[in-house]
Amino acid sequence: MLQIKNLHASVEDKDILKGINLNVNAGEVHAIMGPNGSGKSTLASVISGKEEFEITRGALSFEGEDISEMDPEERAHKGVFLSFQYPVEIPGVSVTNFIKTAINENRKAKGQDDMPAAEMLKLIKEKADLLEIDRKFLSRSLNEGFSGGEKKRNEIFQMAMLEPRLAILDETDSGLDIDALKIVANGVNKLKSNDNAVILITHYQRLLDYIVPDFVHVLMDGKIVKSGTKELAYELEEKGYDWIKEELV
Amino acid sequence: MKKKMGKFTEDDLKKELETKEYEYGFYTDIESETFPIGLNEGVVRAISKKKEEPEWMTEWRLEAFKHWKEMVEPEWANVHYEKPDFQAISYYSAPSTKPKYDSLDEVDPELLDTFKRLGISLDEQKKLAGVAVDIVMDSVSVATTFKKTLGEKGIIFCPISEAIKEHPELVKKYIGSVVPQRDNFYAALNSAVFSDGSFCYIPKGVRCPMELSTYFRINQAGTGQFERTLVIADEGSYVSYLEGCTAPSRDENQLHAAVVELIALDNAEIKYSTVQNWYPGGKDGKGGVFNFVTKRGICEKNAKISWTQVETGSAVTWKYPSCILKGDNSIGEFYSIAVTNNFQQADTGTKMIHLGKNTRSTIISKGVSAGQSQNSYRGLVKISPNADNARNFSQCDSLLMGNNCGAHTFPYIEAKNKTAQIEHEATTSKIGEDQIFYCNQRGINTEKAIALIVNGFSKEVLNKLPMEFAVEAQKLLEISLEGSVG
Repeated sequence: MLQIKNLHASVEDKDILKGINLNVNAGEVHAIMGPNGSGKSTLASVISGKEEFEITRGALSFEGEDISEMDPEERAHKGVFLSFQYPVEIPGVSVTNFIKTAINENRKAKGQDDMPAAEMLKLIKEKADLLEIDRKFLSRSLNEGFSGGEKKRNEIFQMAMLEPRLAILDETDSGLDIDALKIVANGVNKLKSNDNAVILITHYQRLLDYIVPDFVHVLMDGKIVKSGTKELAYELEEKGYDWIKEELV
Repeated sequence: MKKKMGKFTEDDLKKELETKEYEYGFYTDIESETFPIGLNEGVVRAISKKKEEPEWMTEWRLEAFKHWKEMVEPEWANVHYEKPDFQAISYYSAPSTKPKYDSLDEVDPELLDTFKRLGISLDEQKKLAGVAVDIVMDSVSVATTFKKTLGEKGIIFCPISEAIKEHPELVKKYIGSVVPQRDNFYAALNSAVFSDGSFCYIPKGVRCPMELSTYFRINQAGTGQFERTLVIADEGSYVSYLEGCTAPSRDENQLHAAVVELIALDNAEIKYSTVQNWYPGGKDGKGGVFNFVTKRGICEKNAKISWTQVETGSAVTWKYPSCILKGDNSIGEFYSIAVTNNFQQADTGTKMIHLGKNTRSTIISKGVSAGQSQNSYRGLVKISPNADNARNFSQCDSLLMGNNCGAHTFPYIEAKNKTAQIEHEATTSKIGEDQIFYCNQRGINTEKAIALIVNGFSKEVLNKLPMEFAVEAQKLLEISLEGSVG
């Protein structure tokens, strides 16, 4: 589904990604771990098409198609979803209005008509229930005054609504207490299928207790330096990242 | 509007007279339809005569003209433009019904595209663009139906020129009572030369059963440069009045100086909503309308006046819809969205003059600036010595797009009574790349994202507009900000 070959990317002439190789197939869950500043969030931004990052070398393809030059909205229409580490506030735009606009823009891109209001409402209720979201929450301004946990839950709610092919969850576990983490993880697990894939970006092994990855990759200084199964995550939790550094030397 | 008199053939004349007959039911002497340029006492008299006005009206105009001659054009607003040459303007031109084009194919496609997106019917598109209409528009009958319903309630709603003749006692009593002839340079000019406008009177205790909108829109298609509007809500009455035409107006008149006066007598309420989108000028900043408007209302006891405006047009806007809260317990409200793009300049806001006791006012102003534009809020809250327990709440929010535009806030507060409570809040924010990217990532393109963010920003004001107008206003915001990013 997602193929990344020798990907180099920079921001303001500073190299951040220095040759990433990664293959993600449908039905798989990949975890990307690594210390601060290793390039995890940059990787998420580059895959989803944030403009300020420039791909300087390598290839990025999705479903066999080169997406490296595509606008972010086109990538979204193809099924790439990013759950933001820091979701932005849009005052005056309700959660419902925002997701309604997003869904209909995605449909428009596929040549479909707007989703009928009744259908939309039904879907919103269904997904809100899945993530144990209070109805009142849906009429609030997007992310304005939301707690950290509410913001993350709202991201997963949008993911549930949009049903992407590839979901990248950037530090979704940060700012969540254990109950919220369970609800979010439960939501992600229910949405997982053989047709879609998930990339989890995280510092901690904690999230991986609830969303079990098929593969774990360690990102350091813009490169994937080690890959393994979920056992690798436990090892990292126990020993930190230093031993890998030493191993590399 | 210039007329090509040289090429005028007999066929043209015939055609024009036919159209006139349909629309106005009378003939006009074409030879003298447009006055030569320039302004003097003779011209003022001639306008008055042309409109068959009574002597007192002519005198009133002349008095205004006398004041105007001694006044100078104000320069305090935060706008820069080349001052119009007031002697280079023709001050009278009968509503032109001569079609500018023979078919829609000749009209600027960009304009038509905008019409389409606003959902304006084909017939109306033709009328607005100045295309010959081959079928009789049903606007006349619509207008008549409205008139009948309103007439049953005793509501008077007609062109002000008609009111001057039919209801002189009302016009005489109230015209200039809120905006005196000598109020300011443009108001004085308007008082001397106003072409036409609307008059509305709601009798005691009557609640006007409809938004006075559709009628107005049809009526205003050939609107003039110097409009005069007078709305009187008698004791205990209510009216919601909608001014403006949501279609973009490619008016060639550069200068517009309108005056609107509202009178809300005891326990009356007037809601006055405006959508203004005169031609803003080209992307290069050339052309566009100068919109210098004086709008003011007076509230007697327990009365309420609410101004709501969505301003997206004009090259230069100078406009401060105001409330004089004369009666005890009266309420004034001002809700405004002003959008400027490219090289537009807007200096707009309100004045809330608290004279009575327990008077309250609310000001919500939202300015959106894009391109190279400059957007200023200018507002005065004045509490007079007798206005015990007056309260005001003001909120001025500015939204900036890009780095080349400007937002300015000039709040003036004069409180002469210690019991006054005045609150002022102001914010400035910028549409961030992060917000745009967030929307993009959800499949929403940049243009749509901006519309979404701007609509969210303007929500408190949009909510104050009558429902059907709010939808059109939202579309307008989208259109006027097109091309502002990227």
